[in-house]
Amino acid sequence: MSEVDYDCAESTNPVEPFLRSDRMPHIWCPGCGIGTTVNCFTRALIDSKADLDKLVVVSGIGCTGRVAGYLEMDSFHTTHGRAIPFATGLKLANPNLTVVVYAGDGDLSAIGGNHLIHAARRNIDLKVICVNNLIYGMTGGQTAPTTPAESTTSTNPYGTFEPGFNLPHLVDAAGAVYVARWTTFHVRQVARSMQEAFKKKGFSFIEIISPCPTLYQRRNKMGDGLDAMKYYKQASKVRNGAPTGEVGLTKTGEIAVGKFVDRDRPDYRSLMVHQFHESLGDEYVEMGECACS
Amino acid sequence: MKADPAGVLTGVHFLDGDHACCEGALAAGARFAAGYPITPSTEVVERFAARVPKVGGTFIQMEDELASSIAIQGAVWGGAKAFTVTSGPGFSLMMEHIGYAIMTETPCVFVDVQRGGPSTGLPTQPAQSDMMQARWGSHGDYEIIALCPNSPQECFDLAITAFNLSEKYRVPVMFMMDECVGHMTEKVIIPSADDIEVEPRHKTHKAPGTYKPYECNGDGSLVPEMAHAGEGYKFHVTGLTHDERGYPSMTVATQQKLVGRLQDKIRKAADDLVLVEEDSTADADVVVVSYGITSRVAQRGIDAARAKGLKVGKLRLKIVWPFPDQLIKRLAKRAKAFVVPELNLGQISREVERAAAGVKTVCVPHAGGGVHRPEDILKAIQEALR
Amino acid sequence: MAKGTVKIVVERCKACGFCVEFCPTKVLALSPAFNSKGYHPPHMVNPEKCSGCDLCGMYCPDFAIFGYKAGEKPEQKEAGHES
Repeated sequence: MSEVDYDCAESTNPVEPFLRSDRMPHIWCPGCGIGTTVNCFTRALIDSKADLDKLVVVSGIGCTGRVAGYLEMDSFHTTHGRAIPFATGLKLANPNLTVVVYAGDGDLSAIGGNHLIHAARRNIDLKVICVNNLIYGMTGGQTAPTTPAESTTSTNPYGTFEPGFNLPHLVDAAGAVYVARWTTFHVRQVARSMQEAFKKKGFSFIEIISPCPTLYQRRNKMGDGLDAMKYYKQASKVRNGAPTGEVGLTKTGEIAVGKFVDRDRPDYRSLMVHQFHESLGDEYVEMGECACS
Repeated sequence: MKADPAGVLTGVHFLDGDHACCEGALAAGARFAAGYPITPSTEVVERFAARVPKVGGTFIQMEDELASSIAIQGAVWGGAKAFTVTSGPGFSLMMEHIGYAIMTETPCVFVDVQRGGPSTGLPTQPAQSDMMQARWGSHGDYEIIALCPNSPQECFDLAITAFNLSEKYRVPVMFMMDECVGHMTEKVIIPSADDIEVEPRHKTHKAPGTYKPYECNGDGSLVPEMAHAGEGYKFHVTGLTHDERGYPSMTVATQQKLVGRLQDKIRKAADDLVLVEEDSTADADVVVVSYGITSRVAQRGIDAARAKGLKVGKLRLKIVWPFPDQLIKRLAKRAKAFVVPELNLGQISREVERAAAGVKTVCVPHAGGGVHRPEDILKAIQEALR
Repeated sequence: MAKGTVKIVVERCKACGFCVEFCPTKVLALSPAFNSKGYHPPHMVNPEKCSGCDLCGMYCPDFAIFGYKAGEKPEQKEAGHES
């Protein structure tokens, strides 16, 4: 069939079964990359044959935080910066769940920074998807810890002068077992990284650079979403295994992408269970399936 | 239903309030706690950390109170009964997440072992100055349930009540201890598990597809039934104003409906939420209203006043929020005055004054750091009658 | 005969241009028609070059387009997605 079917039912789009179709269209701006990351997430779920009954998405607050509400799965839209500790409690109470944290750069690294660090240190078995649009989008374009120097934002109207946070370096140093960065241009790689993270036991962190056309792009005269995507294509260099200290971002410099860290070490729960077996022997009782009835 | 014997340390014990509170939580079925060290509350979770691996649960010391207060909610949605423990400065940090528990109707318990404030204040000394904060500390309109034990035994008994109320009303419950009750060691009798009534989580029996997470059953109940993550319901929970499907719906109508129901959930149950110890109030000229450790001292003052021939009634609040307006109104018809000693500069006394609507209300304040002297309370009783 | 084709949910499209730009065989262009919000959705200008790779679907932030291989009903593609 070579004709475009303009009257097709939405339900035939492979992404559709994973969406709350009754909530479409979503609130994201034209050219925003968050929806693109959701496509990658969906593909990763399909390809990994994930048990959707056991998959839970926990999000923070902000544009990326809205992802949880659009996905047809158990999902929790929590408080700003605190998706990770909520997810920690959830995972510890029911270790059979696969818990994904879907949040933005400001949510995870500013207000949520402390929790990011400790969850990585502890190697809590969480799959953290950090959509980094280099700005606080939902609230109108304020400076984020990831905003590169010399950018214009609403709270740095004369230009930012702080260096942006190198998030892969931070989580690597804290102890994450899987650290990757891609951009929304790298759709196949993003999906593959997400799939790898699902299989990984421990703290996985995938940073996805994404356009914010309405605020970051516009205020910095960098065009629209498509211009950002073309820029990502041109400026990205795949540097698998690169030392994370070297992958910091600047406003117009190279965007180092790739899988930087993929190592194995016991996750928090394994360490905990091992410790209790060692010290308590037969007296140790693991947390029950449903500990409340 | 009956308590799970695994968590019930049946027997006669000599425990302080903090330790008894931990045992109460375990008896109530709590199998998850997250906390951060803060004097004078830390012993509650220290004991839990030692006990729960042998009972079948998890404790995690989080990096701060912000994390602790939301980790417990994640655990609740994962299927556990959960609580956190703190004191004033940590309680302040937890306010946002108390609001989140209210908005998402997450049953859990927040223990505040009150100490002198404001700010760092008196870390090792008692106060009761977080009482208004327990009611109003988070932003927005909401109702809350708060309990005040006055002995280690009550730290055990009322902790169970706290968990039960949190499940029944799907609301976070504030367990307002104080440093004195927390660190005082007394006999605590823990009965057998068969003698302990525990409220189970109110799970839905509807099939996935027909279940709406914030829909009430239509039988007049204002409390929706719950599902846990991982059971196939694929529900959404958000702190945004939401409709019965749990979807954000930020309209005036939805706000009115949702916040109105969250208030009514508690307000309409006010009669069921009166838990007091009342003694000789029927013909009292003065009623002494107190709670927590102050009630122990107040008893001495009341006894001394009665020995002088004064007709003094005693009203000890075990549930302080919702405040028992109707009870005070009833007593105000007969009593000439209320005397409200508390370890603060006037918090619950304002509630008494409000409900007493014109009947003299005398606050016996104390900035905290110690407890009242019985003679201060006697003096206040005598002056109230002047 | 093209190896694949696309389906477009016109009303969801916000004309971001990702699908047009990143289609490997340049099948799409923004059409002169517009939806009720005033956006120009894409249409196939080189339909015979469509391979059904669904790269457009992966890029689309609005879930407004997807590609599939000819001879494969979209429903069939879905069957492997259930879990």
